[in-house]
Amino acid sequence: MKTFTFRKGGIHPPQCKNTAEMPITPAPQAPLLTLLLSQSIGAPSKPVVKPGDKVAAGQPIAEPGGFVGAWVHSPCAGTVKKIETVRTPQGYPAEALTIERDPQSTEVFSYPPMNPADASSEDLVARVREAGIVGLGGATFPTSVKLTPPKGMTPRCVILNGAECEPYLTCDDRLMREHAPEIAEGAFCLMRAVGVRHCYIGIEDNKPEAIAAMREAASQYSGMEVCVLRAKYPQGGEKQLIAAILGREVPSGALPVSVGAVVDNVATAFAVQQAVVLGKPLTGRVLTITGEGALNPGNYYVELGTPLTSLLQTDERVDKIIGGGPMMGRAMSNLDTPTTKGLSGVLTMCLGSMPDIQPCIRCGACYSACPMGLEPMLLARQSENSDWEYAARSGVMDCIECGSCAYTCPSNRRLLDWIRYSKTQVRKLKS
Amino acid sequence: MSQELIISGSPHIHTRDSVDRRMWNVVIALLPALAVALWVFGLSALWITLLAVGACMATEWIIERYCFRRPCTLTNGSAIITGLLLAFNLPNILPWWMVIIGAVVAIGIGKMSFGGLGCNIWNPALVGRVFLLLSFPAAMTTWDPAVSSGLMQAVHTGASGVDAETGATLLATLKNSGHAIDMSRVDWLTLGIGDMNGSLGEVGSLAILIGLVWMLITRVITWHIPVAVLGSAALLSWATGANPGLELLAGGLMLGAVFMATDYVTSPMTHWGQIIYGVLIGVLTIIIRRWGAYPEGVSFAILLGNSVTPLINKYCRPRRFGMRKIRKEVAA
Repeated sequence: MKTFTFRKGGIHPPQCKNTAEMPITPAPQAPLLTLLLSQSIGAPSKPVVKPGDKVAAGQPIAEPGGFVGAWVHSPCAGTVKKIETVRTPQGYPAEALTIERDPQSTEVFSYPPMNPADASSEDLVARVREAGIVGLGGATFPTSVKLTPPKGMTPRCVILNGAECEPYLTCDDRLMREHAPEIAEGAFCLMRAVGVRHCYIGIEDNKPEAIAAMREAASQYSGMEVCVLRAKYPQGGEKQLIAAILGREVPSGALPVSVGAVVDNVATAFAVQQAVVLGKPLTGRVLTITGEGALNPGNYYVELGTPLTSLLQTDERVDKIIGGGPMMGRAMSNLDTPTTKGLSGVLTMCLGSMPDIQPCIRCGACYSACPMGLEPMLLARQSENSDWEYAARSGVMDCIECGSCAYTCPSNRRLLDWIRYSKTQVRKLKS
Repeated sequence: MSQELIISGSPHIHTRDSVDRRMWNVVIALLPALAVALWVFGLSALWITLLAVGACMATEWIIERYCFRRPCTLTNGSAIITGLLLAFNLPNILPWWMVIIGAVVAIGIGKMSFGGLGCNIWNPALVGRVFLLLSFPAAMTTWDPAVSSGLMQAVHTGASGVDAETGATLLATLKNSGHAIDMSRVDWLTLGIGDMNGSLGEVGSLAILIGLVWMLITRVITWHIPVAVLGSAALLSWATGANPGLELLAGGLMLGAVFMATDYVTSPMTHWGQIIYGVLIGVLTIIIRRWGAYPEGVSFAILLGNSVTPLINKYCRPRRFGMRKIRKEVAA
């Protein structure tokens, strides 16, 4: 069987998909939900309700702050308590709406269901927008914006990202195993919305059950095909996925649609299906709780805004908690923070101590690992020397921050930290 | 849960690979060649090796402690490798104080003067060896007369006018006799095992190849540099009418190609760069051996290769993702 992959670089971290056999279960419902107003890339959303208002489950409570922005909906019926400033997982202040659940109320708000086969492209995109759907792989880019390509660019296919190359995370795997028909229908909605006839579903070969389930579901639609990918990190990186499936490289600094591809996560496709066919806005997601310090590992369907303290039980030794996977996730400074649309997993780690940083021995491991063909050691050194112009010329902005370089470095140098710093400085220099 | 959570940038996991692991695997890979040296040269080989390793470690410790005032870095094994490689490049009857001078120059000037591990331009062991070779040319090319195997006897009597009792190396004999020795007298098995005269570590070619296989299995190095060095040297010696097998097995080329040209710090980063660098070393070695003043040219060739490494790094860069397409579109 042919397996697809990208050509240059990549690493093979231990997979640690310990929760792969645990079915998705609904997480306990919290009495108080805190919904951040900036859960996606772009302008923060603006509240359309006031404290004291009664809301139904699924009712829109905040509108997009701009073209690149997203609606936010209440996951439960209840009362808007207050609009206040809370701390994000990284400790920064952010505006949030607090909703107190009303267990008696069964009021549900939903949009009129649509039939994707005869709905127009504009209607489908509008529905994706009003349902507040953003990229659920972690980037949280508003999906409706992705579905409206810039003028002069014609998409030729939709690619569904089911690679889930991050170690530990299993939420997409479980979703594909348990909800394959819905995902395929969501993919069909996306194909209709973009106006293309082909859809490729990329899944790494370490998920045979998901591949089988998606194959069967995809066979119901013409032009939809499952592509088996070789398990290699960062196979689920947008550019790597396109290179693996289409054999084309997205040019430096360009959008994926410039090679004709619109890439969406399988979880996003599921949310699109729910919004289009059932009229349900995005009010929850599947996330994986995992890691050696988690007492309740598993895959959970979680309402947005559920506080992590009520979701996660950890043991004594945990000294690092990560939102997302171990390669690209972000360390959290506190747990008094709610789940968001972009949170695909909570990883608990018991590190004890950090290994020493040693001098670079110029072994070239980072060169071989970089999937973008960059020179991480050189970029890091330019960053240490504050040579931003040289860094820009060396392609620092092409870095996808996958972390393969820092993972593979035998001297344990924090290459990606330096490169990230360099990117912010180059961005400043350009503006 | 602990009170304080660790905050750091991604990635949050790390390979089990480390500098220490790589360096100690090189030390393990050097052991077969050391065993051959002990077998051929006896206890004098052990004495030279211990002296070189000890002097290298002492030099590094003193400089780290009193000049740099940094924590001790001896545990990463790199000073031990330098000491072993320096010893492998010396004759077994070298006076003890010359060994110490070589070690101090190797670590002190070759490595620490640039800032320590990862900063040096040239392979430290070779800096030490070449310093000794230029300072004490006689001592560095005087070989133990006690070591003269059947192989050497055969070749020496074959080459007219060469006295077997001086205990010259095979390559020196070749050079002095104008490459006119009787190849039919060369016993390839003895040559491969290393029962002949020469520097400590260069004689056991098969043992060095075992070390190479170990380093390839443990992924300490890739095949590019050794294959490029040995391949280009064999090709050029064949093209100039010499016996490629003899060039590879009889001198320090095997040791240089496997253990010294592959030094991370002083070799290029990309695979293509490594191949260019390897070919350069192989070609220079044969040129020096054939037309230069020395019977042996590997050390000079590797040091010259080290010197052009920054240039190779500048021009042999990895192909950036998504760059070829842009050029095509601009052209179209």
